[in-house]
Amino acid sequence: MIEVKDLHKAFGEVKAVDGVSFTARDGEITGLLGPNGAGKTTTLRMLYTLMKPDRGQVLVDGIDAAVDPVAVRRRLGVLPDARGLYKRLTARENIDYFARLHGIETPTMHARREQLIDALEMRDILDRRTEGFSQGQRVKTAIARALVHDPKNVILDEPTNGLDVMTTRSMRVFLKSMKSEGRCVLFSSHIMQEVAALCDRIVVIARGRVVADETPDALRRQTGVENLEEAFVKLIGTAEGLAA
Amino acid sequence: MKSSLVVFLKEVRENLRDKRTVINTFVTGPLIAPLIFVLAFQFGVNSMLEKAEKPLPVPVVGAANAPDLIAALKQLGMDQKPAIANPEAAVRAQNANVVLRIPADYGNAWRRGEPAQVEVIFDASQRDSDQAADRLRNMLKAVDARVASLRLLARGLSPALIQPIAIADRDQSTPQSRAGIMFSMLPYFFIIGIFIGGMALAIDTTAGERERQSLEPLFANPVPRWQILLGKLSATSLFALVTVLLSIIAFSIAGHFMPSEKLGMTLDIGVRFTVLTMIVMLPLGVLLACLQTLVAAFARSYREAQTYLSLLMFVPAIPTFVLAFLPYKAQAWMYAVPVVGQQAAILRLLRGDPVGAADIALCVACSTVAAAIVWVITERIYGSERLAISA
Repeated sequence: MIEVKDLHKAFGEVKAVDGVSFTARDGEITGLLGPNGAGKTTTLRMLYTLMKPDRGQVLVDGIDAAVDPVAVRRRLGVLPDARGLYKRLTARENIDYFARLHGIETPTMHARREQLIDALEMRDILDRRTEGFSQGQRVKTAIARALVHDPKNVILDEPTNGLDVMTTRSMRVFLKSMKSEGRCVLFSSHIMQEVAALCDRIVVIARGRVVADETPDALRRQTGVENLEEAFVKLIGTAEGLAA
Repeated sequence: MKSSLVVFLKEVRENLRDKRTVINTFVTGPLIAPLIFVLAFQFGVNSMLEKAEKPLPVPVVGAANAPDLIAALKQLGMDQKPAIANPEAAVRAQNANVVLRIPADYGNAWRRGEPAQVEVIFDASQRDSDQAADRLRNMLKAVDARVASLRLLARGLSPALIQPIAIADRDQSTPQSRAGIMFSMLPYFFIIGIFIGGMALAIDTTAGERERQSLEPLFANPVPRWQILLGKLSATSLFALVTVLLSIIAFSIAGHFMPSEKLGMTLDIGVRFTVLTMIVMLPLGVLLACLQTLVAAFARSYREAQTYLSLLMFVPAIPTFVLAFLPYKAQAWMYAVPVVGQQAAILRLLRGDPVGAADIALCVACSTVAAAIVWVITERIYGSERLAISA
């Protein structure tokens, strides 16, 4: 479970995140929806302790990120906005590197890696160096390496960004399987369709603030608009930066 | 600490797969300097020695004025060439290295027993000309001394009369210490080796990793950043020190190809030299690896980092040039200054002079302290938020 309480982060004059609070529960998919530049990536970066919030608190499974950032990262699987792989290493070596950094024993590492390879359908690229990988192959490798330690909580920053239709579909199936395994899945997106199709709970962010935190149905009721797309536009105040 | 080892092993493996890094670190870096040395010595020394043994070609103007002198000079190794029209212009144009001109009243002065003038026309700014003039001058002096002795003997006097002081040279240099002068640039090549060896990794672990956006996922792992940095710096230091070691080995092999018996000097790089040099270079390797990483961390891109580090490479050159060209005596304080201390120690080792254990300890201790200080600064920079953000 990830709890976010009143997060603030400013870069000079710009208030990137200005009082964001929400909770992502286990066994649920929580979507962080907002236009480009709304503060999604900065919020997520504070969750996985890459950045320190100016104010506010992040709790992962009850552990305060400011107190014990290493323990928090141990409980998180993170697909950041930056998905750089080591291009002179094979996909397998990329995955194993992160497994070892998590201190996983070799037999466990092998078992877990095999499981992910099947789930992500990436056996054919496993022993190729990642230089020259397609966007989809890169994301798959990045996800496998982020989840190799079997984390209870999963944070994905725009996981379907740049993927083709087929890969996007299999990514959605994969997210749902993680939910059914009882994990807490939190992902950001600026694509409404995706959020609507996947999420148990939608947190809408605009200009660094949470403007709604509801189930998709409640969101429709709250805005009084049946079409979810209209609901978002009404909440955010503009359609700019959103994609259907 | 186990995580640092994981990072270290991954960096070593990844960089060993990079052809450019491997070639720079293990081939170009350590081999280029000894190769230049061997070639320069082979060509330079051989041509110098050849010239010293070969007859000296000298166009003589007015040879008819002093046939006896010419005959004597020929015996001493002068190769008489026909007179040329404008000796001054010929020397300036490097058509002749040296020209001997004997004025018309040479014979008269000689017969009167007055100093008879001869002119040596040369160009001191041309090395070949200057050397040729020296040789010709020495031949003339030999003739001069012989004639002077004969004149004194003819008057019943001892030639010793005109030699009030007898100079006896007692050179205290050894073949090894003479080599030390020639090879005073060598420590710089070793320090450059550290730079070249560590450069690729220092950039790769900072600006490079940020440019290919792999730093953010890396930092999402449950490993404190200083442990990641420790692993990366260890890999950088290892590559740097391997380059130095290969460089030393290359020079020790190169020593065998130098015409040392002709030079009367030897480049003696043995096990003792290698071990002691590596001991003093070890903390310097870590210090420079930290420094390179620190500088590269400020760069926004790989290319920018390369530019910064290339400039940084000139910094250790400054004490090298000062120490190479200024006569100096190794002072205790020098060992306390990183880079300068290593230079002083390596130079003394090269010359075969004793280097005290206390000096080496001081050198290692001070460089280690400097490395620790730079490490703390680098760690702070590496821990900053700004470093990880790719975009």
